[in-house]
Amino acid sequence: MTPVHVALRGVTRVFPASAAQREVKALGPIDLDLRTAEFFVVVGPSGCGKSTLLEIIAGLSTATAGTVTLEGKPVAGEVPEGIGVVFQEDASFPWLNVTDNIAFGLRQTALDKAEIGRRVEHALRLMGLTEFAAAYPVQLSGGMRQRVCLARTLVQKPRVILLDEPFGALDQQTRFLMGDELLRLWRESGATVMLITHSLDEAAMLADRIGVMSARPGRMLEIIETGWGEERGSRVVATPRFGEITARLWELLRDESQRAMTGAP
Amino acid sequence: MTPGQVRLALAAALVLLLEGLSRFGFIDRFAMIPPSEILWHLGKILIVGEMWPAIVKTLTNVAVACVAAIVVGVILGTLIHAWRSLRETLDPLFAAYYAIPVYAFYPLFIVIFGLGDFPQVLIGFMLGLVAVIVNTLNGLDRVPRVLLKTARIQRLGPLATALKVTLPYAVPYIFTGIKLAVAYSFIGVIGAELIMSRTGLGYEIGYAYNNFDNAVMYPLIVFVLTVAATVNTMFFLWEKKMLARRRK
Amino acid sequence: MRSLRAAILIACVFAAWQLLFWYAGSNALTSPLDTMAYLGELLSSPRFYPHLIETAKAFAAALAIAISAGILIGFTLGLYRFAADVGEPVLVALYSIPKLTLYPIVLLAFGIGMPAKIAFGAIHGIMPIAIFALGAVRNLNPVYLKAARVMRLSPSRIAARVLLPAAIPEIFTGIRIGFSLTLIGTLLGEMFASQRGLGYLLIQAIGLHNVRMIMALTLLLVVIAVTASALLLAVDRRLRRNMLGTN
Repeated sequence: MTPVHVALRGVTRVFPASAAQREVKALGPIDLDLRTAEFFVVVGPSGCGKSTLLEIIAGLSTATAGTVTLEGKPVAGEVPEGIGVVFQEDASFPWLNVTDNIAFGLRQTALDKAEIGRRVEHALRLMGLTEFAAAYPVQLSGGMRQRVCLARTLVQKPRVILLDEPFGALDQQTRFLMGDELLRLWRESGATVMLITHSLDEAAMLADRIGVMSARPGRMLEIIETGWGEERGSRVVATPRFGEITARLWELLRDESQRAMTGAP
Repeated sequence: MTPGQVRLALAAALVLLLEGLSRFGFIDRFAMIPPSEILWHLGKILIVGEMWPAIVKTLTNVAVACVAAIVVGVILGTLIHAWRSLRETLDPLFAAYYAIPVYAFYPLFIVIFGLGDFPQVLIGFMLGLVAVIVNTLNGLDRVPRVLLKTARIQRLGPLATALKVTLPYAVPYIFTGIKLAVAYSFIGVIGAELIMSRTGLGYEIGYAYNNFDNAVMYPLIVFVLTVAATVNTMFFLWEKKMLARRRK
Repeated sequence: MRSLRAAILIACVFAAWQLLFWYAGSNALTSPLDTMAYLGELLSSPRFYPHLIETAKAFAAALAIAISAGILIGFTLGLYRFAADVGEPVLVALYSIPKLTLYPIVLLAFGIGMPAKIAFGAIHGIMPIAIFALGAVRNLNPVYLKAARVMRLSPSRIAARVLLPAAIPEIFTGIRIGFSLTLIGTLLGEMFASQRGLGYLLIQAIGLHNVRMIMALTLLLVVIAVTASALLLAVDRRLRRNMLGTN
């Protein structure tokens, strides 16, 4: 039984009533275990609280009820050490070039310059950014900027990597390729990865396990074990197993997506 | 407490402080009279009526300058928007315009146009005009191509497109220019009156200052500031409402 | 192409000026050439420079105050929501009132001289800078904050290493506008509260109906203001271009 890296119990998030809106129960209750070094993907209809879930695990926001533990220690309100996040929007700092962006997080720590240099060098090579080392984000495409953000996350050697629809703005073909790259990085880093996506294909081809969320308030409907080994990603798209998984996902999500679209309770 | 209440409380506290400092002699009567007296004198001035000609004159000048700036500004803005190379030539002028100390032209205007109301109105107009033009250009720029294409598909002619699609879309952004024109009209007209005119509120304030007449000067200052602030805030809130419909 | 257009624009302005001169006569205006000649004389006269320096000193002080106070106010309001709800309408109202009406009060408070001029200049410049600084904080892309928090930066580091660099282009636009307004304010202050400086020379010339002097001073002021503004605009554009992709 693989050890549990991150554990959620009864996690709920309620947005309190304000002048603009009524109280909104956005998420929960959620019980979930992320196993160490697994590749976990969360899918669900729009508005189901996927991003909220990610922010709670990262410590960026606090659950209204329930607990989150990382390596046995509780996470609440503060970002714990060892977590990396890649957001849906481009978070590269436009006033720094690629190298400085990647090195940014490291430079705020006590790490010595030589080590920082080595890690940044490695990340540039890993992400294929070496020739853009001195370029500024404004000169790069959306996909490349996300690579910069990914590199910035990886150099800090996080043990848990959370990604919120990182390829959302990219076209389908690029997404397939980025998915393969992500798998490569995952294997190299040995980190536990949780990816949020709305693409059923992406979930089916990348994950060890897939958590399917219901429409708002999001709860875990089912967790599907894909059974993939080394062989996965764009290479398994034509296999029968892939078809089974996506069929099952759609079966679960068809009604949920309908509910999300019409806003029915 | 709501923000409005906090503002009110702070204002009240400030007034009380000034009242106290005045009455107990910490502020020289020569420098400033207590707020209560200022209000009392303001009431007297408004009722007795000898300032009314000046008030009417100033407000009229402000209104004329403002309306002229808006009308001429929108028309010019629309024309310039249609004529690409003209726009590119004028662009640096618009960018540098507000750096120019327009007040410096005031004596020239007096010499050319005489000592009537026209120089003040002209200054107010000149200050507001470019703000309206720039914001009209901005508003027209923002009309999404897709709306214009839709208009073409619906077979609307250029005038109909302008009236039914372009201008309605651009109105909130043009309104920003209108809001600025209101502010600049006040600033231009009253400032000009203070510098060199013989009539109007600005002049009266300067006159009272030179004659050490605090009982007239302060009430008038308060009056001008209140009217200007109120009118401008109204337009500011109106603009906010308009733009709120546009933001997601 | 751009410089050609600028040249055409300047030529048109001069042409209009010349035409106006022919229409209004030398009692009202001096021609472009005369004005430039006279300005040349002034600039080479040793009695002129003290005034120029006086204005420059007052302006520099006023600008420094306007920038620091403006950014401070803007950031404070930007970071504390309630303060912004209370203070923003006040800022906007203050921005739009004719500040010239305050000059008697400023004079009574500061007396005649340098402090009054600096105060007047600063009052004019502080508003736009504060308003833009506030806007800069508000418009900060929230994902930068989130990314910084994930990297476990302390709040002060976030302010210095993320907020400030991200906000600079917008703050700078405010400074550009504040620059012009501070200049105008300082000049106005000099017109009424000083015995030295360009503003003082101007109001003296007005009183004596010294058309040549009025026009020469106006030309000088316009040239200085426009040149400074163009330089600042170039810097502003540069700053924005670096950020343009993500906004």
